[in-house]
Amino acid sequence: MRSAAPALEIKNLRKTYARPAVDDLSLRIERGVFYALLGPNGAGKTTTLRMVAGLLQPDAGEISICGIDVRRAAVEAKSVMAWVPDEPMIYDKLDPMEYLEFVAGLWAMDAKRAEVQARALIQILGLEPHANTRCQGLSKGMRQKVALAGALIHDPELIILDEPLTGLDAASARQVKEVLRQRVANGTTVIMTTHILEVAERMAERIGVIAHGRLIAEGTLSELSAQAGHAGTNLEEIFLSLTGTGTATASTSAAA
Amino acid sequence: MNATATLSWFARHELTLAWRDWAQMMAGGRTKRERAVTIGALVFVALLHWLAYAILAPVLHAGAAASKQALVILTATLMMTFSMMMSQAIEQVTRAFYARSDLDLILSSPASSKHLFSVRIASIAIAGAMMSSLLAAPFINTAAFLDGPHWLSAYTIIAAMSLIATGASVIGAIALFKSVGPKRTRLIAQIIAAVVGAALLIGLQVAAIMLYGNLSRFDVLTSSSIAAAAPNDASLFWLPARAVLGDAVAMIAIVVAGAGFLAAVIAHYAAQFGAHAVAAASVSEFSDAKGGARRPFRPMIATQALRAKEWALLKRDPWLASQTLMQILYLVPPALLLWRDMGSETHVHVILAPVLVMAFGQLAGGLAWLATSGEDAPDLVATAPLQRRAITRAKNEAVLLAISVVAAPLILALAFASLWGAAATAIGIAVAATSAIAIQLWFRVAATRNQFRRRQTASKTSTFAEAFSSIFWAGATGFAAAGSLFALPFAVLALVTLAIAYFISPRG
Repeated sequence: MRSAAPALEIKNLRKTYARPAVDDLSLRIERGVFYALLGPNGAGKTTTLRMVAGLLQPDAGEISICGIDVRRAAVEAKSVMAWVPDEPMIYDKLDPMEYLEFVAGLWAMDAKRAEVQARALIQILGLEPHANTRCQGLSKGMRQKVALAGALIHDPELIILDEPLTGLDAASARQVKEVLRQRVANGTTVIMTTHILEVAERMAERIGVIAHGRLIAEGTLSELSAQAGHAGTNLEEIFLSLTGTGTATASTSAAA
Repeated sequence: MNATATLSWFARHELTLAWRDWAQMMAGGRTKRERAVTIGALVFVALLHWLAYAILAPVLHAGAAASKQALVILTATLMMTFSMMMSQAIEQVTRAFYARSDLDLILSSPASSKHLFSVRIASIAIAGAMMSSLLAAPFINTAAFLDGPHWLSAYTIIAAMSLIATGASVIGAIALFKSVGPKRTRLIAQIIAAVVGAALLIGLQVAAIMLYGNLSRFDVLTSSSIAAAAPNDASLFWLPARAVLGDAVAMIAIVVAGAGFLAAVIAHYAAQFGAHAVAAASVSEFSDAKGGARRPFRPMIATQALRAKEWALLKRDPWLASQTLMQILYLVPPALLLWRDMGSETHVHVILAPVLVMAFGQLAGGLAWLATSGEDAPDLVATAPLQRRAITRAKNEAVLLAISVVAAPLILALAFASLWGAAATAIGIAVAATSAIAIQLWFRVAATRNQFRRRQTASKTSTFAEAFSSIFWAGATGFAAAGSLFALPFAVLALVTLAIAYFISPRG
């Protein structure tokens, strides 16, 4: 049953380059959840999400999106999800409306509905003054918002965002967070990686922590705190305790 | 650091960057290949010297005297070299204006930006001189070997011509900035560069067609009418040619003129260079939105959306526009030949068919690279709900349709001369274009569209395979148009080239 299936289910996922980037990772994310995937640099977050998005082939393991096996029915799985990379990849020579028309075409949307959605997203994300300006003239933050609008236009059931708030000013970051919150409230699942722990703490209902390619902790903030042996009350302290990166910082500070 | 030390340091920095840029272009960014590239380059240089010997030995066998005919041919050759240097210099100067990489650093440093931009302009001239000298070296060295060391003075003339070309390009680019603004300068400069680079060669071919009914520019240059119309032997017009032939006074005059001109340009324009570079770098910041109502979204399926996107991007690519213009310009002489011989008994289609196949094969290679490798949003396309082969097919259809639109009028014109010739050419273009697309697919690399200029350095094998495939298909089409069975061995050679390319490629 697709409707009862979780938004994302990963079982024993592996990917090895020179060393294991993702090592026997299993994860289950229910529908309608705002999920933050955290980890130090090089922990395997982006590799994991790129495998989920179908951009990398896993060495082993299973991935299913809303009950659809990504390896067996890739096209069907892609039709219900959207991926936004950390660097906004858009076309310099298209304007935001043309870009959204292209994305809507790729997802075979009805043209009239796509145009209505595009105009709404352009307005919500504050892109109206630039709707007909070629993207080469847009700042990084605006490009990031155009890429996000592209991910939202076809109403995906699962949205995966890799560092979506990088390069955004405070007002833009607020717009993006608000849009994502609304989507989650309407039943969409959002998975986001971020290094801004305050954002994860404030927005995510559940948080997964990856280190050395493995999921080392997972749950709500209080569950994570318990798993970390009540190492702290805020996510930063819990995260540093779980990943062991806080010790080095503490000793460095002490030495200084 | 005093001003002189700063200038010398910055000059070294600029030349190091220019050298690394060139080395990367040659090695495709892979340092492990440097030794292989060096060996390959040496073999290639030796082959070019052998080719130059084969061409020059009969001409210089009795020594070159400063006859009117020799002066005409040398002057025309120097003018063609100069037009190509101008084309290159216009591109380099324009690129220097729009390169944002170290602009902030230069302008925020305590060093004088006028001095730094002076060095940058000078380094463009030096790099241009080195590049042209490298290309001309086989002919200059062979001439010196056959006729005496005075031919080596041609290197000095090339350097002087590079100084003049760079100076003229700076003046031209700044004039464009002032007249059309930074937003349009890049596109117009690229079109001018394409036209300047091809104009003289095409002009000579047009003259050859109108006067002699063939494409040989030497028939024009050695004609009695040119000799009669040319200035007398004492004219300053022949100064560069005389310098190449060993006249020391002429050589000094040219070098002084070149150095003086560039120095004057630098003195006058270096300060403005920085201001225009800032304006160029800021273009994207103040791009105006298009006014008026936009058309509604069109109902499309995924493959239609991909094709529409590819066409929109191809139409809006300024570099591609200038390159396509150059290809079309090179087709002007054969088209003129076709028009001139329309209705006559001559078999002009036999001459035209291979030219068209060659040109469109090369154009298809460039377009296919843009469509398959030069994808600016690979993640978006890869995560779209359609099969990978459907994506590839849609992109290739976009390329083939673009080729068809440009080729159709020429094939139609050819049909008036020979139906069979037109059919053979159409098939030849389709096969050559498909082959070029296939090679691009086999050697596909992840890149962005703005790396188009470097596409041929990513894989030398694919570049050669594409060139040889186009040449063999052009040969096959020419013979087919003539109704000769010699078409078959050429077609087989083209297929063998494709097979070798496939097995060498990462996908083979």
